[in-house]
Amino acid sequence: MKNTSLWIRTGIILAVTLIAVYLVFGPRKSVTSEDFTYEGIKSNLSKNISLGLDLKGGSHLMMRVKVDDYLKTLTNNDKDAAFNFAKESQLPVTESTSVTEKNNYSVTLKVSDASKIQEVIDGVKKKVDFAAWTESKGADSVTWTLPLQAQRVMGEQAVEQALKIIEGRINSFGVKEPTLQRSGSKESGQILLQMPGVDDPERVKKLIGSDAKLELMKVVGATNPSPMTTYPTKEAAEQSLGGKVPSNRRVLPFLERVEVSTTPIGDKKPTAWVVVESPAIVDGNELRDAVPTSRTGNESDYQISFSLKPAGAVKFGDWTGKNIGAFMAVVLNDEVKSAPFIKSRIDDQGQIDGRFTKASAEDLVLTLKSGALPAKIEYLEERTVGPSLGADSITAGVRASLGGLAFVIVFMLIYYRGSGVNAVVALLLNMLLTLAALVVFDSTLTLPGIAGLILGIGMAVDSNVLIFERIREELRAGKTVTQSVALGFDRAFITIIDTHITTIISSIILYMYGSGPIRGFAVTLILGLLINLFSAVFVSRTIFMWLLNRKPNVEKLSI
Amino acid sequence: MTEIFTNINVDWMGKRKILVLISIAVLLAGLFSAIGRQFTPDGTDAFNLGVDFKGGTVVTAKFRQIPGDVELRAALQTKGLVDTVIQNSTDKKDEVLIKIPILTSADGEAQQSQVEAGRTKVKEALDTFGKEAEGATTLTQDESTAYKIVGTDSVGPVAGAQLRNQAVAATLLGLIGILLFIAFRYDWTYAAGAVIAVLHDVLVTLAFFSIFQWEINLTVIASLLTLVGFSVNDSIVIFDRIRENLGFNRTSSIYQLTNDAINQTMSRTVITGGLVFLSVLALVLFGGEVLRASSLALFVGVITGTYSTVAIASPIAIWWQSKIGAVKIKDVQVQIKKEDRLASASRKSIKRRTV
Repeated sequence: MKNTSLWIRTGIILAVTLIAVYLVFGPRKSVTSEDFTYEGIKSNLSKNISLGLDLKGGSHLMMRVKVDDYLKTLTNNDKDAAFNFAKESQLPVTESTSVTEKNNYSVTLKVSDASKIQEVIDGVKKKVDFAAWTESKGADSVTWTLPLQAQRVMGEQAVEQALKIIEGRINSFGVKEPTLQRSGSKESGQILLQMPGVDDPERVKKLIGSDAKLELMKVVGATNPSPMTTYPTKEAAEQSLGGKVPSNRRVLPFLERVEVSTTPIGDKKPTAWVVVESPAIVDGNELRDAVPTSRTGNESDYQISFSLKPAGAVKFGDWTGKNIGAFMAVVLNDEVKSAPFIKSRIDDQGQIDGRFTKASAEDLVLTLKSGALPAKIEYLEERTVGPSLGADSITAGVRASLGGLAFVIVFMLIYYRGSGVNAVVALLLNMLLTLAALVVFDSTLTLPGIAGLILGIGMAVDSNVLIFERIREELRAGKTVTQSVALGFDRAFITIIDTHITTIISSIILYMYGSGPIRGFAVTLILGLLINLFSAVFVSRTIFMWLLNRKPNVEKLSI
Repeated sequence: MTEIFTNINVDWMGKRKILVLISIAVLLAGLFSAIGRQFTPDGTDAFNLGVDFKGGTVVTAKFRQIPGDVELRAALQTKGLVDTVIQNSTDKKDEVLIKIPILTSADGEAQQSQVEAGRTKVKEALDTFGKEAEGATTLTQDESTAYKIVGTDSVGPVAGAQLRNQAVAATLLGLIGILLFIAFRYDWTYAAGAVIAVLHDVLVTLAFFSIFQWEINLTVIASLLTLVGFSVNDSIVIFDRIRENLGFNRTSSIYQLTNDAINQTMSRTVITGGLVFLSVLALVLFGGEVLRASSLALFVGVITGTYSTVAIASPIAIWWQSKIGAVKIKDVQVQIKKEDRLASASRKSIKRRTV
């Protein structure tokens, strides 16, 4: 009877050990003879255990989507759209104002004819989507306020959208194995980007922050067949609006057939300035596809043809149908690239003219297709670790830990002699299984993670010391070897369980409430402790059981 | 058998006043250091917080020919970087850590410019010494280069405050978790003893960090958490022995039982504590620059963690029990009947649980 349970215990231990050895040192493909050489094992090990950026080098960027800015732009766009529409439809609206403070966003329209308030509301709501807003009527005005709940939902959408866009840009740039994820609380709008191997993230930061904002806007002024109304200077254009640009108008430089600028506008001389209506008829978010095309086949004579998504196409079709003869500005990053007049209703095709080179056209298409960021990004944290610094940390940390471990092993063997072997087996098994668990849970090993690993090993040593000291105590009290071993394990087990559960509880709390590095610590510690209950208690006891099974009446125990 | 401390009989609880006084002295020294530094004009702060918690930028640069501190500082000054701290790496002769505080621009956009500009500005300043080996090239590959930036940490003030609050909140919640579990398994008096002992250890370690102005960064927090683990572990081992002794020895006072428990587990305390201490010593000596601050935290923590179990956790537990009238500390020979009538809060909850 006793023998069967012993065999079962041994079987479990062997199976677990073999699986762990395979997980940590084994290849993820079919086994070859190379996997048994030192080099092969080393390369498998580094493939199986994923190291954090602090150990293998790379950059860590914490950014925040400025959700407040997004809601501000959204509110102002709605305000302008509502006002423009009311004017066009000759509704009695005299003024539109907006409030854009934190947590407080609203649009108010002043109505000159109080009896027509309802008419204004119904009309404007056909054009502008105020579904999520709460509406309140005053004596001579109507106000739409964005409720907190809706603010949160919209902010959330903006962050998610930004996340997708950044992902697209990073991927198109060929960064290897980046991780991009939300971070912190939902409201914080934080995004964490980690890029292994990139130790100078300036290029990537530029790409993430870059804007390729496409807008199709109506040019204010004469319609075909007269030429488009342009002004020679910015001041002249502003003068035409009475010296002050109202919120539903914008003055933009006209840079026809000039390559897309990467330098600020001031450095190049725009040929003319135009006044356009804000907000845009459609913008880059409605873009379905964009391709670089060349009429002449010349390397530096590329245009970009684009098509619109169904919803954008409907808007665009509507507008072009109503505005035949008007000039439409194709605006890229606040510069008018071309301004054709509308010959007939167009649904979903358009073109950005300009003398692009093939490369710049392709880059532009990439950024255009990834869409415009819904709001500006700010960087909260940037950390880079060069591969050499990371490697140094590993070498120093590993060397010191191994030194400590070697010392512990020697001490246990000298002090506990035969039983010390038990402790050493339990220790090594603990390390092996913790690493295997990291592989199974696909966790990354970081510097704080190594601290957790060391604490776990410390607890493993402690468990063994507790058990052995207890067995010695029982032996001194005159018990037989069999009794002493049984009592030692039973009594020490209570202590071990209590110490382990206490630490596991606090580690779980750390994991739940801590940030990145603290979490890494908690994960390896929790794994190490759970495994310790197996390696220090179950395995160690099984070894003792084998000894006692062979010599049931042994009188001296090497401890 | 090689054995140590098998038959000791020290009256630990009798020395509790001296032990507690030692702790108070260390804590007061730390407090004076922290307050003194904080309120000395132009002096250092209470704690030498790293960029993780204070915000700012640290650039680690490796030089072919390392310039002097004066030249470096002058170069940084020309780029508008004042108040920089230049620190030579302890284990690598050719590396230098350049720390710059939070940059503020006129429009108050502090954090934006910090993370954007920190590295760029330092690079501009260092370029006066020669070209940087950029990207994947190393100093040895390109002879014309003078230095290479091997690491940067740039944290805006908002992120710094967030990291700090999160670390503090997580630690406190962790302690509450420990408190509840020990109260459930033992008794409130023991839970209070263990948690106060842990707090004591954290504070003593922080006192050392203030006195010696070692830098506190995120890895130090991981070390503080590690020492919390060790300290609680130690306390529980002794509490568990007190509980066990209570089970079959109802004649001795809690005072004697506590002394016995400490003495009986002394061999374990010395062996485990000693092994951990020596391993941590190895980390301090050979662990390298990145791990140094956290190794020092562990080093102090291991000593105080072991000490506090005897000096803080156990005295507080039995002091509290004496306050609630459950036991008399000094009275060794209490009549059994009287004790039974006064069945202590701790005794009520203590049953040997079969596992």
